[in-house]
Amino acid sequence: MTQVAASPSVRSGAPQALSGIRVVEIGFAAAGPLVGKYLADHGAEVIKLESRRAPDVFRSTYPPFKDNLPGPDRAGMFAFYNVGKRGVTLDLKHPKGLELARALIAKSDVLIESFPAGTMARRGLDHATLSALNPGLVMLSSCNQGQTGPHAQHPGYGSQLTALAGFTHLLGERDENPVILYGPYIDYIAVGYGVIAILAALARRKATGKGCYIDLSQYEAGLQFMAPAILEHRVNGTVPSRGGDHDPVAVPHGVYRARGEDRWVALSVWDDAEWTRFREALDDPEWTRRASWATAAGRRADESKIDALVEQWTATRTRDEIVDALRSRGLRAAPVVTIAELASDPQLVSRGYFRALPHPVLNIVQCLASPFTLSGTPSRQERAGPLLGADNDLVFGKILGIGDEERATLAADGVFV
Amino acid sequence: MTGPAEPLAGVRVVELADGWAAHCGRILADLGADVVKVEPSSGDSARARPPFIADRPGADRSLWWIALNANKRGVTLDLAHPAGPRVLRRLVERADVLIEAYEPGTLEARGLGADVLSSWNERLIHTSITPYGSDGPLAHAPASDLEVTASSGALALAGEPGQRPLRTTLPQSPFWAGMYGAMGTLFAYLAREASGRGQRVDTSAQASMVTVTPPATVHWDVGHEEHKRLGPFLLGRSIVGARFRNIWRCRDGYVSFAIQGGAIGRHTGKMLLEWMRTRGEPPAVVAQIESDGFDNTTLRQDEVERIEAAIAPFFEGLTKREFFDGVVARNMLGYPVSTVADVEADPQLAARDFWQEVEVPAAGRSVAFPGGFALFDGERPRIHRPAPRLGEHNDEVYVRELAIEARDMEATRMAEAVA
Repeated sequence: MTQVAASPSVRSGAPQALSGIRVVEIGFAAAGPLVGKYLADHGAEVIKLESRRAPDVFRSTYPPFKDNLPGPDRAGMFAFYNVGKRGVTLDLKHPKGLELARALIAKSDVLIESFPAGTMARRGLDHATLSALNPGLVMLSSCNQGQTGPHAQHPGYGSQLTALAGFTHLLGERDENPVILYGPYIDYIAVGYGVIAILAALARRKATGKGCYIDLSQYEAGLQFMAPAILEHRVNGTVPSRGGDHDPVAVPHGVYRARGEDRWVALSVWDDAEWTRFREALDDPEWTRRASWATAAGRRADESKIDALVEQWTATRTRDEIVDALRSRGLRAAPVVTIAELASDPQLVSRGYFRALPHPVLNIVQCLASPFTLSGTPSRQERAGPLLGADNDLVFGKILGIGDEERATLAADGVFV
Repeated sequence: MTGPAEPLAGVRVVELADGWAAHCGRILADLGADVVKVEPSSGDSARARPPFIADRPGADRSLWWIALNANKRGVTLDLAHPAGPRVLRRLVERADVLIEAYEPGTLEARGLGADVLSSWNERLIHTSITPYGSDGPLAHAPASDLEVTASSGALALAGEPGQRPLRTTLPQSPFWAGMYGAMGTLFAYLAREASGRGQRVDTSAQASMVTVTPPATVHWDVGHEEHKRLGPFLLGRSIVGARFRNIWRCRDGYVSFAIQGGAIGRHTGKMLLEWMRTRGEPPAVVAQIESDGFDNTTLRQDEVERIEAAIAPFFEGLTKREFFDGVVARNMLGYPVSTVADVEADPQLAARDFWQEVEVPAAGRSVAFPGGFALFDGERPRIHRPAPRLGEHNDEVYVRELAIEARDMEATRMAEAVA
C-alpha cells in the first residue's frame, strides 16, 4: 500500500527518550490516544489497533472533515490526536484477531486502553491474561471513573466529567450562570497523568524488571488540579465559587476591552510598587493618584471603580499599545489571543510548537509538539494520524512475521476488518 | 525493592524557587521521589497566597501552599549569600533533577547557568518552568496565570459571546505547567538511562495551556471555522454549524448534558425519553433523538433549539443528585455541575478510597486531601508528609545528610521576621 511506502519503517535521526519502546493503543477520542501521541513524540513505536466495524468516534461523529464530507480518513480530529502512530485494523471479535492482538501485545512494552471498565476483559484482553504473556508489560487503563466502584462502568465525555469534578462551577461571572470550560478539559489532565504514570512505571521496570497495571480514573486525575479549592472547603467550610476574572491578591486583575472588535487585554497588578509603575505606564492620570489606592487594601475596596477606569484607558488603545506600555515597565499584561491568531503567535512559532504534518487526504495538518523542549532528545512529529489500516502490512508482516500468503488468507477470513 | 506506587523511589529532586515549579515537584514526590524544596530565607511566595486556614495569613497557613507542597522536604537557602552557591552545589551534586522557575537568565547572572550546573553533575536533569519558555521574543515577559491563559487562546474560549473572556477562579496554568514539566522530566530521566547524561527540560506555561484549546485549533486549521466563547454552548458537533447546550438549570443548580450522536449518544437519547415519560408524555419534537437513525451532526440550529426547549423543563424539575443518580442508573451521558462539596460526597470516590487524611499541623487536625492520581498494581501513591514548615529540614538535609561546613551554614539561615 502506498501509505506504508510513504512512511519510513524505521524512525529517522538520533535516539530519543523512548527509542526501542513499542506501544499498542486501543482507545478512542482524546483521553487514550493523546497518551500514545506523546509517547510517539518521544520515539516510541505506537501501534493503534482499530476496527472498521467500530472506528474511533474522532473518525466518525466529530467534525471537521475534509471539505465537510464525513469519512474515516477525512477527519481532522483523528489526524490531530494520533500523530506519529501506525494504524492497523483488526477484528477483536474474530478468534484469530484476538490471537494476533495478544501476540502483538506480547511483543510490546506498553498497552494503552481507554474503554469503560470491563470492556477489555470481555474481549479477552484483561491485564491478568496479558501479563501472563508478557510480565514486563506496562498497561494503562484510562476511563471516566476508574476500574472499580459503583460508577466504574459509567460512560462519559470529558466536557461533562469536567463539570462533575467541580471545574465548571468555578467558571463564570460572580453570581451569574457558569459557562463551559471549552473542550474535553479534564481528558487532557488525564492524558498528562497517564503519560507520567507510564514513564514512571517504565523507570521502575528498568530497575526491577516488573511491569505494572495502571488504573487511571480521569475524574481522580482531574481532581489533582482542584486540590486547593477542596482543601478550602475541607478546612474553612466555604464552598469556592466562580468569581469572574478577579484574584484574591492582585487589584486590578482582569480582562479589559481594547480598541477593535472583540479585542481584549489581560493585565494584573500585584503589589504597591507595581501600582506605582502601572500609574507611570498610564502617564499618571489624575484618577490614579487617589491616596487610598496606593495600598493593596485601598485598591481592593474600590476594585470595581478601578476596573471601570482601567477599561476607559484600555478601550481607546490597541492591545499591542497597552501590552507594550505595561511590559516595558516589568508589569504583567498579555493580549487575549484568539484561536485564529494562535497558529501565528510569534512566541509559540519561535519555539517550534506548531508542526505542519503531511496527511494523504487532508494534505497538511497543523499539529502540536510537546509543551516542553528537551535539549538532548527533542520530540519529533513526522506525520499526522494514520489512515484506517494504513500499516497492516508493516505491523502484521514485519513485526509479527506473518507471510504474504497467510495474511491474504486472514484478510479473506475477515480478520483485518 | 520499591513498591509499585513509589516508582520513583531513590530519585532525588531539588526544587528551587517558587511559582510555576511547585506542582511539578509535587507529582514527582507523590511517585516516591525525594523532593527537597529550597526556599529563599523569607519563604516561598506561595506561602502568602490565599486562601488561608481560618482566613488568617501566616507562613504555614496558605491552603494553596499546603496543597502544592505536600510530600516534600523543605530547606532555606539564600542564593545571594556568598556561600549560597556552594551549598546549592552540594544539593545538586547528589540530585537527579533540578526544577527551577526563575526568569530566564537569572541563574546565569548568579554564575549558576546550565553549563555550570551540568559541570557539577553531568547526569543532572535541569527542568525549568517559566511563563513563556526560556527563549523566543517573550522569554522575559512577566506573566501570572491570567496572562498566560490569555496568551494560550484558552481565555478567548471561555465566557458569554462578545462579553469579557473568563478564567477559572482557581488558577489552572500552574497545574498544567507543572504537569508538563514533570512529564518532560521523566522523558529526560528515561533518556538518561541510555545516554548517561542529563539534559535541559524547558517548559512553557503558555504552551502547556495551549494543549487545552483543541479541538478549536483543529476546527480552525481543517474546517476554517473559528471557535469563540459561547457561554453554556458547545460547537464542533455539527457539520451545519449548530451549537448544543451543555449547561442546563436544574432545581438546585446546574447539570451538564448535551444532545449527542454516535451509539452512546443515541442510547442516551432513548434513556432520556424513557426517563421523561415517567413524568408525563414529552413533547413530540423530542422523540427524534431516540430513533436509530438520529444524527446530531446534521441537525439544524432551529431543530436543536426546539428539542432543547422541550427538554429544559424536565431538568428544571430535578435536583443535581437526582440527575446524577438517574444518568448513572440508565448508563447515559451527563453529569451534575458539582461544587467541591458535591465532589466530596461522591460515593464513587469513597468506594475507591480516594481521599487521604493528612495531618496539617497549622490546622491542628488532619484533612482529607485528594489522593494519588492513579492506582499502580492496585496501590495508590500516598501523601507521607504535609507541606514543610519554613526550614523544617535544614538540619536533616544540611547537617546530617550533607555535612555542610559551619561557615557555609550562614547561607541557610532564615530571615528573622519569619523564623
